[in-house]
Amino acid sequence: MHKVVIPIGPQHPALKEPESFSVTLSGEKIMKFSARLGYNHRGIEKACEERTYIQDVYLTERICGICSHSHSTCFVQAVEEIGAIAVPKRALYIRTLVGELERVHSHLLWLGVAGHEVGFDTLLMYTWRDREIVMDILAMLTGNRVNYGINTIGGVRRDMSPEQGKDILKAMDTLEERTKYYIQVATQETTLIQRLSGVGLLSHDDALKLGAVGPTARASGVDRDVRRDDPYAAYADMKFKVITDNHNDVYGRTLVRMGELMEAYSIIRQTVKNMPDGPLTVKAPRKIPAGEAVSRYEAPRGEDMHYVKANGTEKPERVKVRAPTLANIQTVAKMLENRQLADLPIVIAAIDPCFSCTDRLTGIRQVGKRKRNVLKWEELHEYSIKFYQEHGVDFTNLNNKLTKLLK
Amino acid sequence: MIRPGKMLRQVLKSIFKKPATTKYPFVKATMPDRFRGKLKFYPERCIGCKMCMRDCPAGAIEIVKVGDKAFECYIDLGKCIYCAQCVDSCMKKALESTKEFELAALDREKLKIKYDAKPGEVPKE
Ligand code: SF4
Ligand code: SF4
Repeated sequence: MHKVVIPIGPQHPALKEPESFSVTLSGEKIMKFSARLGYNHRGIEKACEERTYIQDVYLTERICGICSHSHSTCFVQAVEEIGAIAVPKRALYIRTLVGELERVHSHLLWLGVAGHEVGFDTLLMYTWRDREIVMDILAMLTGNRVNYGINTIGGVRRDMSPEQGKDILKAMDTLEERTKYYIQVATQETTLIQRLSGVGLLSHDDALKLGAVGPTARASGVDRDVRRDDPYAAYADMKFKVITDNHNDVYGRTLVRMGELMEAYSIIRQTVKNMPDGPLTVKAPRKIPAGEAVSRYEAPRGEDMHYVKANGTEKPERVKVRAPTLANIQTVAKMLENRQLADLPIVIAAIDPCFSCTDRLTGIRQVGKRKRNVLKWEELHEYSIKFYQEHGVDFTNLNNKLTKLLK
Repeated sequence: MIRPGKMLRQVLKSIFKKPATTKYPFVKATMPDRFRGKLKFYPERCIGCKMCMRDCPAGAIEIVKVGDKAFECYIDLGKCIYCAQCVDSCMKKALESTKEFELAALDREKLKIKYDAKPGEVPKE
C-alpha cells in the first residue's frame, strides 16, 4: 500500500503540549513514528549557569509545572552533596511529604487525561474533582498549588504544623476511598479495559533495552524504583512496595499508577506520623566548593536526573537535566509500530509525557545541507547578524558602539 | 466481575449534588495563610543591604537609595514569580508577602509599582 508521511504537531488537538512528531502511515497502520524534540527548548540549563545557586532552585522548579518539586529537590540534592551540607531530618521528611503529595496529584491528573484520551470524560471530571483535595493540601502546606517553593539549599522553607498534619491524614482517608473506587472502575468497567488492553505493547526486554523509566518501565515488569534502590530524602525510613505489573500495555500502566497512589497515601501517613523534631534548615554557604555530583529522584513520571558541576563560585559551572520523558519517549516509537493511528494519542499520553521538561538541546540543520551541525556561539552570532542584514536590519553601528562602551 | 457502566450510579447521584466549582469572581476566593502574593515593603525597616536584589531569581525588585537612610523599592509585578525569596533573604523584615492575588493589568507600566521612602524616619532595629 502507498505510504504517507504526516506531521503531527507542534500544534495539534491530540497533543496537550506542543511537540513535533512525524508518522509514516500505510492506510491506518503506523509504519514508523519519529519524534523531533526541541520545539519547546527554553535554555534553562544555560540560564542556570548565569544565576546563583539560590536563584537556580526557583528556576529548576519551573522546569516542569507538574513535577516542580521533583526537579528542585533533585537540584538541591546535587548541590548539597557537593557542598557536603547535612540537611536536618525534619527537612528531609517534609521534602518526602511534598514529593508524595505531588505524586498523588500527578497520578490523579494522569488518570483523568488518560480517560479523556479514550473518550471517557466522566473519569476525567471525577478524578480532577478529587485531585482538588490534594491541591488544597499542597496550597495549605506550602502556600501555592504549583511551584511550591518549599526547597532551599540546606533544607525546606516551610514547616508542617500539627493541625496541618491532622488535615493531611483526614484528606488521605478521603482520597484512599476514592482511589479504591477508581481501582474498581478500572478493573470492572469493560469499555475501559477493552480500550486499553493490548494497546501500546512494550515487552520487558524492550523496556530494558530502550531504557524506560518510571511507571512505563514498571508496567513492563521492570522492578526499578530510585526511592528503594538508591534512597534519598527520608525514603530509607519508609515502608512501601514498588508496584510492578506484567500487562506490558496501557492498561498495565493504569494499574501501576493506581497502585502507586495507594502506596503514596501510606508513605504520606508515615511521614506525618513519624515527623521528627528539629530545625528546618542549616546555613548553606553562598559559594559552593568545586566539585560535581549526580542526583537521582523518582519523579511521578520516572527517574529524574540532575548533574551539577561547581567551580567554587556562587554560580554553577554546568547544570544538566535529564527529565523522565526523555528516557521514555524512545519507547513510544516501539509501542506504536504496526498499530492503528487511533491509538496514537493514548499511547503518547500513557508515558505521561512532559515535553517542555524534555527539550534541552536543539539540533540546527543548515538549509541545503543534510548534515546536522551544532553552531558555536560566535557562529550563531555571525549567523544572526547576516540574517538580519538580509532582512534589511543592520546592527553593525549599534554593535560597534556597544563594544566601545564595554571597553 | 466485569460489567459496563460502572460509573453510571455515581453519575446519576451527582446530578443532585452541588457543583464542585466555586462561583469566583462573584464569591471572593480566599488564599491559604502561607500564600505568596503581592509584596509589601516597609521603608522604615530597610537598611539598603540589597540582599533581596541579589537573591531575586527574576530581577524583579530594586532598592534605590534616595537619601540618608531612606530607601525606595521598585517591584515589577510582571517579572516577579512570587517565590518570596526576597522575604527570606531580608534580615530586617522589610519585605512581606500578602494574600493579594488579583494583580492582572492591561498595561505593563501599571505592573511596575513603587514604594516610597518615608523621609525623616529613623530605621528601627
Ligand atoms: S529590603 Fe531587606 S534585603 Fe532588601 S535592601 Fe532592604 S533591608 Fe536589605
Ligand atoms: S517574590 Fe521572588 S521574584 Fe518576586 S521580588 Fe521577591 S525574590 Fe523576586
